[in-house]
Formats: sequence, C-alpha cells, structure tokens
Amino acid sequence: MNLNERMRVLVSGYKANPKRLVEDLIHFIFLILGLITVGCVLIITIYLIISGLPAIIEIGPIDFLFGTRWASTAAEPSYGILPFILTSIYGTAGAIIIGVPIGFFVAVYLAKMAPKKFKDTMQLCVGVLAGIPSVIYGLVGMTVLVPAIRNIFGVPDGASLLAAIIVLAVMILPSVINVSLSSLEAVPHEYEEASLSLGATNTETYFKVTVPAAKSGIFTAIVLGIGRAIGEAMAIMMVAGNVANMPSLFSSVRFLTTAVASEMSYSSGLQRQALFSIALVLFLFIMLINAILNFIKTRSQKI
Amino acid sequence: MKKILVALLVALCACSLFAQGSTESASQSVSTDGSTSMESVVLSLAEVFEENTGIVVTYNPTGSGSGITAVQEGRADIGLSSRALHDDEVASGLTGTTVALDGIAIIVNTANPVADLTVDQIAALYTGEITNWSEVGGNDAPVVLIGREAGSGTRDGFESITGTEDACAYNQELTSTGAVITAVLSNPNAIGYASLSAVDETVKTVLVNGVAPSEATVLSGEYQIQRPFVFVTKTDTALSEAAQQFFDFALSADASDVIADAGAVPLV
Repeated sequence: MNLNERMRVLVSGYKANPKRLVEDLIHFIFLILGLITVGCVLIITIYLIISGLPAIIEIGPIDFLFGTRWASTAAEPSYGILPFILTSIYGTAGAIIIGVPIGFFVAVYLAKMAPKKFKDTMQLCVGVLAGIPSVIYGLVGMTVLVPAIRNIFGVPDGASLLAAIIVLAVMILPSVINVSLSSLEAVPHEYEEASLSLGATNTETYFKVTVPAAKSGIFTAIVLGIGRAIGEAMAIMMVAGNVANMPSLFSSVRFLTTAVASEMSYSSGLQRQALFSIALVLFLFIMLINAILNFIKTRSQKI
Repeated sequence: MKKILVALLVALCACSLFAQGSTESASQSVSTDGSTSMESVVLSLAEVFEENTGIVVTYNPTGSGSGITAVQEGRADIGLSSRALHDDEVASGLTGTTVALDGIAIIVNTANPVADLTVDQIAALYTGEITNWSEVGGNDAPVVLIGREAGSGTRDGFESITGTEDACAYNQELTSTGAVITAVLSNPNAIGYASLSAVDETVKTVLVNGVAPSEATVLSGEYQIQRPFVFVTKTDTALSEAAQQFFDFALSADASDVIADAGAVPLV
C-alpha cells in the first residue's frame, strides 16, 4: 500500500467516524507537549556536553577535576575545580547533617503527636518557608547570619562555609519535612494499632514501627534535600564569600553553582568554556542524585 | 463576552510586542562593545542620544579587551575600554579618545579609625602583606579584604592601578557594588573598593595619599586610584554618520551632566 492509498483509507475512516478525528488530534497534541519536555532535557544535556567538553579536553581532565587552584583571569590562568567540588560536597553534607535530623523529628512530631490546630499552623509555616525566594535567604544570611558568625566564633569574617551550610540547612527543611510527613502519614494505622495492642508505648511505636515503614519516603526526602542543596546558587553566593579556597569551616568558599554564576557575566574564551565544564560537572552530580532517587523508588515499590 | 475580551487583550499585547520590535530594527543604530564598568555611562548617554536623535545605540558588555578586538574586527562601531590603549594597540591602527574618568573609592567601616592610606599601603593590605589594621594606624584587628569577582571592570581597574593583579588575597569576592558596600557596612574590619559614584554615607571613604576622592581631585589627577573611560575607534576608517554623531555627542558639553549622573567624571 503506498502513501496515497493509506491517506485515503485514513480519511474515509474519519469521515465514517468524525469523533475519532478529534480523539486522534487530541492525542497528537498531547504527544507534542510531552515531546517538548523530553526535548528540553535532551537539548540541555547535549548542549552542556558539547559546550562543556572542549575546555575539559583542553585543560586536561585530571588538571581540571583535581587541580586545586582556580585563577581564571590571571596572566597565567589555572582552571582547577577541586575546591568547588569539595565545597559543594562538604556544604551539602553539612546542610544534610543539620537539616535532616531537624526536619525528620519535626515530621514525626507533626504526623503523630501534634494537636490538629498546631499541626495546621506549622504546615502553613513550612509552606511559607518553601515559598521564600532564595535571594531573601541570602539577604537575611548576609545581614544577620554573617555578622553573627563573626561575633560568636571570633573569626575575622563571617562569610564562610559555615554560613552557607546554615542557610542551606534552613532551605532544605521544607522539602525534608513535607516529603517525610506525607510518607509517615501514608503508613497504615493497623501497623501502629498492632504495636500498641502488644503493649508498646506511643513513642516506641512511632520510632520502631511507623518510621521503618516510611523508610523509603524518608530517604526520598533526604535525597531531595541533597538535590536542592547542591543546586542552590543565589543564597549561598551572598553568604559564602566566593573565594576559590579549599574548603574549611570558617574560610570563604566557592561552590560549583556560584563558580558558574559569579563569573559568567563577564567571561570570555577558555574561561567561559571552563564555566560550562563546571556546569557539566554539576549536571552529572544532579543526574547521580536523580539516579539514586529512582533506585530508591523502584526498590520501595518491589518491597 | 468575557472570552472575547480576553482574546482581544491577548492579541493587543502580542501586537504591541511585535510593533516595538519592528520600530527598533527599522531605524539607524550605533553598536558599542566593551568594558562592563562603562555600562551606566554608555547606557545613560545612549538613552539621551536616542531621545534627541532617534538613533538607537546598542551596548554589548564584554570587557575592555573584547571591545577593542571587536573594533579591530569591525564587529562594533565604537569599542569601550576602561583603560588607556596600550602602545601596540595604537600601533595596530586604533585611536583611543577619553570621554570620562572614573574614580575608585576605597571604603572602610565607619567604626574604623583609619582615614588615610597610601597606594602602597592599599596594595600591601590587598596582597596580604599587612594583615592587621594596627600596622596602618588602626585598631588591633585583622584586615578583611572585600573585592569583586574575576572579570569585573572595577576589580580590573583597582588591581591594575594598585599593581596587585592576580595577587589579592580576598576574603570575599562579591558580584556587585551594592554587595561590597553591604559587606563593608556589616564588618568593622572590612576594606573594599567601589566606583566613586556608588559610595554613600553609610561607609567611610578613605583618603588616598592624603587626597579625598571627588570629581575635582579625579579630574586634576591628584586622586590616584582612577582610570579613563575610552572610546576606541579605527584611526584610518571614518565612523558611520550615526556613530560619529554619537561620538561627538559623548564628548560635547551637553553630555557632561549625563556622564556625571551616571557616576563618572566628565572631562568638559
């Protein structure tokens, strides 16, 4: 059957049943909308790889990834991003260490112990916290947190990794709380009732029955928190000092995200390409986190 | 009825969007390319110039070096450089015309007793040779160095004037003048630099070699931490009519108020 014949069959089919035409048209439109999303992901991935690889090759993958000195505009430029990678890892780890326990216990409290009214108010507050733009976190961090760190710890300058960690910890709270909360609430009451009827106290039940049952949801919350923390730029740009030092708690540091953001506007040549390479490294980190997230989800579905 | 109204409104908005686009592309234009530090000066000049003549001036913020190259390669009518041209650039057939001067103020917290520094002392502070304010007559407190990000015109200007290129041991590299001022404001031991025009009363402006930065001292050359804003053109090729008009306007007395409002020091 050639194309013409095929078209004729199709058209006569639609004539016999006009509703099918509408149906197929709608299917087609939705397919296009879906493809746009997929296309965006593909374009970004391909673009990042194409624009990120040349600099990595020119600088040398080892020098680029493990070099400890970043001086992109110096007379003899040097493009080592190990300080950024380590800062991003330390910063995210620090935010998780501070933010996850707080978020987790708040979620347990809200899901199981809090009075209804109090819970509603708290959830509203968490929602507001989630909606605050990151530049405002940065502003408050810059004018309140940074001087506070300087005074409390007696360091010359408060703009440091610690300030960034605290800001990030607060920023990941809403996602940790909300995701943990909904997974805790999804645990069937029968589990808890069984535990209580065997003589366990409320607290024992929550931590030995409810929490283990909601384990995968809580892991998801943590991974989402990691994703949020590692991708944040604006807020930490304002509190971390942005100097390309190897990270330590009270020194001024630059993250992968802020390295791209702070130099992009005036960059040119190899410097600009290297910024794309940093973005590529960041992108790989995020992909890794997404892969972990998917792994957790599929495993929890099997159980 | 409502639906029709909404559809009409949307159509109207869409039309206005396209209408604006078409008028812009229809008229003559002058392209400028270069120094990011000259942004406010060039954009203010461009705005007034467009009001008077209807000629659009485009500005591409790429940095002094790229601006000079753009003129050499004929990609822009006028290059913008926030440093004087090097001898080899002049030899390659370019002419630099200074349109304004820019003073870079050195700022400290109002609680800091230090009021006067020499250029050498500023360089020593920024390279980390001097790490305590007591060495330059201040309190016994560590020096906190605030600067701009790599590639910034102000940083480039400051470092080249003080001879501290690639040698500054910054505590913070911030991405805007406002952020630098805020950082100095919130730390009693901080020192920073910012374009003269951007500095306000909230921070203390330090005298350099005993001279306070002002339009008068920048113009007379007494205030040392300053640099020229230069229009770069080809020596042997005439500018297009529109570009020549803009060039003349920028150097005329009419433009001096505009330049001053944009924070630089006009020559006339």
